[in-house]
Amino acid sequence: MIVPSWARLSLRTFVLIYLAILLLAPVGLIFYRTFEPGLGAVWDSITTPEAKSAFWLTIKITLIAVPLNTIFGVLLALILERKQFRGKALLNTIIDLPFAISPVVIGLSLLLVYSINEPVGGWLADRGIRVMFSMPGMVLATMFVIVPFVVREVAPVLDEVGDEQEQAAATLGASGWQSFWRITLPSIRWGVAYGVVLSTARAIGEFGAVSVVSGKLVGKTQTLTLLVGERYGNFDVHGAYVASGLLALIALVTLLAMTLINPRREHA
Amino acid sequence: MIRVSGLTKQFGDFQALAEIDLEIPEGSLTALLGPSGSGKSTLLRIIAGLETPDGGRVEIDGADATGVPPQRRGIGFVFQHYAAFKHMTVYDNVAFGLKIRKTPKADTQRRVDELLGIVGLAGYSARYPSQLSGGQRQRMALARALAVEPRVLLLDEPFGALDATVREELRQWLRRLHDEVGVTTVLVTHDQQEAMDVADRLVVLNGGRIEQIGTPREIYERPATPFTMGFLGPTADLGGEVVRPHDITLSREPVSGGHEAMVRRVHYLGFEVRVELELAEGGSVFVQITRRELAELELHDGDVIWARSETLRAPEPRPPAGAEQVS
Repeated sequence: MIVPSWARLSLRTFVLIYLAILLLAPVGLIFYRTFEPGLGAVWDSITTPEAKSAFWLTIKITLIAVPLNTIFGVLLALILERKQFRGKALLNTIIDLPFAISPVVIGLSLLLVYSINEPVGGWLADRGIRVMFSMPGMVLATMFVIVPFVVREVAPVLDEVGDEQEQAAATLGASGWQSFWRITLPSIRWGVAYGVVLSTARAIGEFGAVSVVSGKLVGKTQTLTLLVGERYGNFDVHGAYVASGLLALIALVTLLAMTLINPRREHA
Repeated sequence: MIRVSGLTKQFGDFQALAEIDLEIPEGSLTALLGPSGSGKSTLLRIIAGLETPDGGRVEIDGADATGVPPQRRGIGFVFQHYAAFKHMTVYDNVAFGLKIRKTPKADTQRRVDELLGIVGLAGYSARYPSQLSGGQRQRMALARALAVEPRVLLLDEPFGALDATVREELRQWLRRLHDEVGVTTVLVTHDQQEAMDVADRLVVLNGGRIEQIGTPREIYERPATPFTMGFLGPTADLGGEVVRPHDITLSREPVSGGHEAMVRRVHYLGFEVRVELELAEGGSVFVQITRRELAELELHDGDVIWARSETLRAPEPRPPAGAEQVS
């Protein structure tokens, strides 16, 4: 398509203004508002007991949910790409469910299964395992939400790499396990890395599902996003900005990691 | 030695292999030759254990290998698209099978260096497959397959992805390598010229069945079926008799068994000449003659001549040792 230069220029300007209004201004303002009262105030706000607890809870949930989801995602991608079975199309649809369902609904549905008034939740509670309104439930909610991220990154890479290298490894004597570690995993490593970064970002930022199952016990089941919500609700606007700033910082680091991984992923 | 008996394989409605019986003698270089869909690759992959047959048996060196996984068959396999381990150097590619077998490092080093020398990649051990040409990648794949000292070497269209010059060069090279190493080798190809050039034994397949087994010369000169006749080279129909265009002689005088024909056109194709004839009894036929023959005959378009088939037959083949033909 040939576009006259004035049109191209105004098109670019439009796209940039659009992005500026929609994305850059709000995120930039968060940082501005965060640091407006000075560094001391920021430090005080992120070192309150509930802020520290929220930060570490977020990290803990992420450190449990993301590795488990990564193992599961790679396994699922292998099954989808390397095996033929009935119900494959159905499985493919189920994987995308977390994309389609609102996180709040996910939280509520978990509540329906694991609440102590329900059979499963009651059975677990009898054995001293409390899922709802405690960390296990929040990990479950986070894992539910991030299910598609690793599978959807790894499956196309597996498809592109094909299975000839694995066949060659088999004829050279490698067992399935050896072939996975020495051939398959190295060929999909950048896809896995990208999936890990995406799911980490999603896990840290998750609000809706976690909010429902957490019970929002300050200092116990409050993550960073929930802290933002709570502070904003209590008219502690600067406190909310500071916590948001912290989240936005984590997001920027994630973005940087993605930028570093992406070119390798495409050239792998 | 590889022995295959009663091998069948079906993909959905498609019969890939129908009751294949075949013996591949120790130390031979056998080509499985056939058009696409003839079952040649499926047969090779079943021998390798990469595909499971629906019925029948595979024996390698006298031992039943039918249910044995590819890891324990003692085979080397070379793929059409190289299947190079892209994230490993040339050295690590070739050393892969030895590392899996926990070969001592010094032995691995010695073996890999020796093999890289044999395949002409001595200075390339630190390179990655993406830094090699197609021909070099395939030679690396061959070294990798040979590193584990397989009892049989199986090659699936190994030169199919290479351009014509490299293909011909690698073909000669493979032949010399086979003469040096002497490992029983089975090569799958759809290219009859490649098969005749490189192999000492051909197995012609069509529609999941074996059409004929023999040396290149036997098969070219004594094709057992019309399919083999047509697949191995051009044919001409001389009054109901199917012959090779170069097995027809022309003369200006009537000869016994000759067919009267009119020269429609003479085509000069460099070293050979093709004469298009219109037979008096109907139909047309191409005849291939040399420039010398043409000069002696002084042929011109519209001349009337006599064409007779003079097929050069190979000597009757000795009864093949154990390898009966299945049609």
